[in-house]
Amino acid sequence: MECVFGFVGNGFAVVAADTSAVHSILVHKSNEDKIMVLDSHKLIAASGESGDRVQFTEYIQKNVALYQFRNGIPLTTAAAANFTRGELATALRKNPYFVNILLAGYDKETGPSLYYIDYIATLHKVDKGAFGYGSYFSLSMMDRHYHSGMTVEEAIDLVDKCIMEIRSRLVVAPPNFVIKIVDKDGAREYAWRESVKDAAVASA
Amino acid sequence: MARYDRAITVFSPDGHLFQVEYALEAVRKGNAAVGVRGTDIVVLGVEKKSTAKLQDSRSVKKIVNLDNHIALACAGLKADARVLINRARIECQSHRLTVEDPVTVEYITRYIAGLQQKYTQSGGVRPFGLSTLIVGFDPYSSVPSLYQTDPSGTFSAWKANATGRNSNSIREFLEKNYKETSGQETIKLAIRALLEVSFIGYF
Repeated sequence: MECVFGFVGNGFAVVAADTSAVHSILVHKSNEDKIMVLDSHKLIAASGESGDRVQFTEYIQKNVALYQFRNGIPLTTAAAANFTRGELATALRKNPYFVNILLAGYDKETGPSLYYIDYIATLHKVDKGAFGYGSYFSLSMMDRHYHSGMTVEEAIDLVDKCIMEIRSRLVVAPPNFVIKIVDKDGAREYAWRESVKDAAVASA
Repeated sequence: MARYDRAITVFSPDGHLFQVEYALEAVRKGNAAVGVRGTDIVVLGVEKKSTAKLQDSRSVKKIVNLDNHIALACAGLKADARVLINRARIECQSHRLTVEDPVTVEYITRYIAGLQQKYTQSGGVRPFGLSTLIVGFDPYSSVPSLYQTDPSGTFSAWKANATGRNSNSIREFLEKNYKETSGQETIKLAIRALLEVSFIGYF
């Protein structure tokens, strides 16, 4: 039931992910941040098996950092995406990671980019992408309303449209979402969309 | 004497490990490196000998980052340095991955020193021919640290130290002139220490 989607705008890329951590019928927490800041100008939005998700994305993050220390310059988004795919591919026929990834990044030379990487190591460079049951709804909304070169305001409007669609049409819709954005100024959290806040602990 | 320096694993009758001592000789031939610790700053300086005219001097890195908060300078065999620095960088990331915390300066110093020691107690290998000066701030702390390691694998913390060529003269200068400083004053102290043994204009 995890929903991850994102697309590329004018000089930026935006990704949104639901924030529920679910085990069978129990919701462990509803403020789990599934979009990791890979480095200053890259975001990894990941969905899938929660142990694999954290383990795999942290592993990628540390290796991307190591590359930067060894070589004095950061990896490009394309290089990071190919590295990620390579790790998934190597593990695939032994010990696969069940993680789907949308990798969003900004490079000075090439601008914003978005990469679709699924758990069997498919790699596609895309303008818009989505994973999970929510993708049935978010992809349709994006197909209808997306155009290249959207402004941040237009983009967030589209993200909200997608979230609304997921909330109203998906049977076990996640209540809360986080939106993160990456542009020339770096990768950062943009907003949360919460319809259910964690209950406050009653004082003794 | 000559019989006890062929293999590293052999002690001499008077308790020397000659290969380690010869490695220290290699360090003494390397460029000077100085480290000075202040109250809110820690400074690393290295001597830059005049380079060959056709060499791109920017590609010769003598002070390197091990992590966002740790830097290292060394004196001795630069090729050995590359290997050690690479292992240290991997360890910094590995530590972050397993315990979700950056390394402390002492931890990474102990790791590098441990690595150097391993190569004084193995068959068929020689020690790393370099001494390192490691500086940084522990995570969540504003206390600066300066450590030194050497080919034998010993390490300790210092207020100020030097290694490489003429390190004895620099250390004498530092012992005479060291006092707790901060900011620019610490930087000036490090530069003056280097100027003791380097010529002005050759930086």
